[in-house]
Amino acid sequence: MKKQLLKSKEIDAIKFKKGELVAEVEELCGENLFGCYQCGTCSAGCPFIEDMDLGPDEVIRYVVLDRNEVLNSKTIWICASCYTCAERCPRDLNITKIMEALRQIVLRKKIDHTKLVKISKKERESIPQLAFVSLFRKNIG
Amino acid sequence: MKLLYYPGCTLKTSAKNLEKSAFAIMEALGHEMVEMKDWTCCGVVASLTDDDLMHHLAPLRNLIHVEDEGEDRVATLCDMCCNTLKQTNLRVKEKPDDLETLNLFMDRENDYKGTVKVIHFLEFLRDEVGFDVLKKMVKNPLKGMKIMPYYGCMLLRPRDVSIDDAEEPTILKELLTALGAEVVDNPFKIECCGSYHTIEEKNLVSNRAYRITKFAVDRGSDAIVLSCPLCRFNLDVRGKEAEKIYNNYKQVPVYYYTQLIAVALGLDPKCCGFDDHAVDPILLLKKKGVFEK
Repeated sequence: MKKQLLKSKEIDAIKFKKGELVAEVEELCGENLFGCYQCGTCSAGCPFIEDMDLGPDEVIRYVVLDRNEVLNSKTIWICASCYTCAERCPRDLNITKIMEALRQIVLRKKIDHTKLVKISKKERESIPQLAFVSLFRKNIG
Repeated sequence: MKLLYYPGCTLKTSAKNLEKSAFAIMEALGHEMVEMKDWTCCGVVASLTDDDLMHHLAPLRNLIHVEDEGEDRVATLCDMCCNTLKQTNLRVKEKPDDLETLNLFMDRENDYKGTVKVIHFLEFLRDEVGFDVLKKMVKNPLKGMKIMPYYGCMLLRPRDVSIDDAEEPTILKELLTALGAEVVDNPFKIECCGSYHTIEEKNLVSNRAYRITKFAVDRGSDAIVLSCPLCRFNLDVRGKEAEKIYNNYKQVPVYYYTQLIAVALGLDPKCCGFDDHAVDPILLLKKKGVFEK
């Protein structure tokens, strides 16, 4: 099944040969993605599943199958690192770290997900600082 | 007893009420809470890529400053700071090589010796003060208040840095019971509030706040109690905004546990800073007769 993902020319320009994406992710997060047996526990418990285009289990499968369009997935940015999936994974995979690795692959190509100019003065003054620090840490390289 | 305290950015700005009420409680308990002399931002979120040591520098620097003050323990009020400091502390203990590398970057600081224990203020109240002691000091029991405890993520996960059971925590339940309130359980109590998405995905966070609150309200809950400044903002402010999205939905007041302790102990309500909330927290306290003023 072909899923509708975000479109980004910048991200499309990131090329990986067969096996390179999964190797890169594993290097960054230290997890063995081939250990995933696709039970879907991560997706079942994910509080943001309704807002994701791919479930976390699908993200892992995409990476393993060299489907590089996974980097265009909304899921990797919607994941807020709440660690629920990592806590529950019966294969003891830290999925939270896998998501971070995918974000980092994009961010380290100098492609920011958050555009700072879009944040208004009112938001800057009313929202607690820790939200900004974590947003910048997660979405800006 | 002296307790060294690491504030973090938000406790000095949008969560002043959390800090002030915690100080008031400590005074009432006869303990001394002392703010660290030299603290910086912790970075809020823990570094999650193995090669990224840079983002452990800020938390580690703070841990070194704790050692410099001759203390072996530091308490935080913010869940996110607590989590970040604990995770860095754990990483350098598990991987001495990483600590060696990180110490190389500490130009003006001493090397970290690894002697610091990071605790959350809730842990201090539970383990060193004891909820039974608090219970004996209650002057205005929260009688008749039905409250849902909300834990969020950072107190509980990852398991290695959790202050309670990661799936079925009871610490806030025990605290509320000691204060005389009735507790309404909720399966969403450990689910993320939406965190930093509150900046770019407001509706997503409003939906989270709605789902978390609605379940408890339908089961008779009058209020939510929590500990994290970002969860407070999301459930309180974005929850209030959810009223425009969902018909007949009314956001209930959201309290910090420190505020409810201060109220129950009969401390000066000024320390609670109730004006900083989106949903009026005083109204309910008056309605239930906990508050007279």
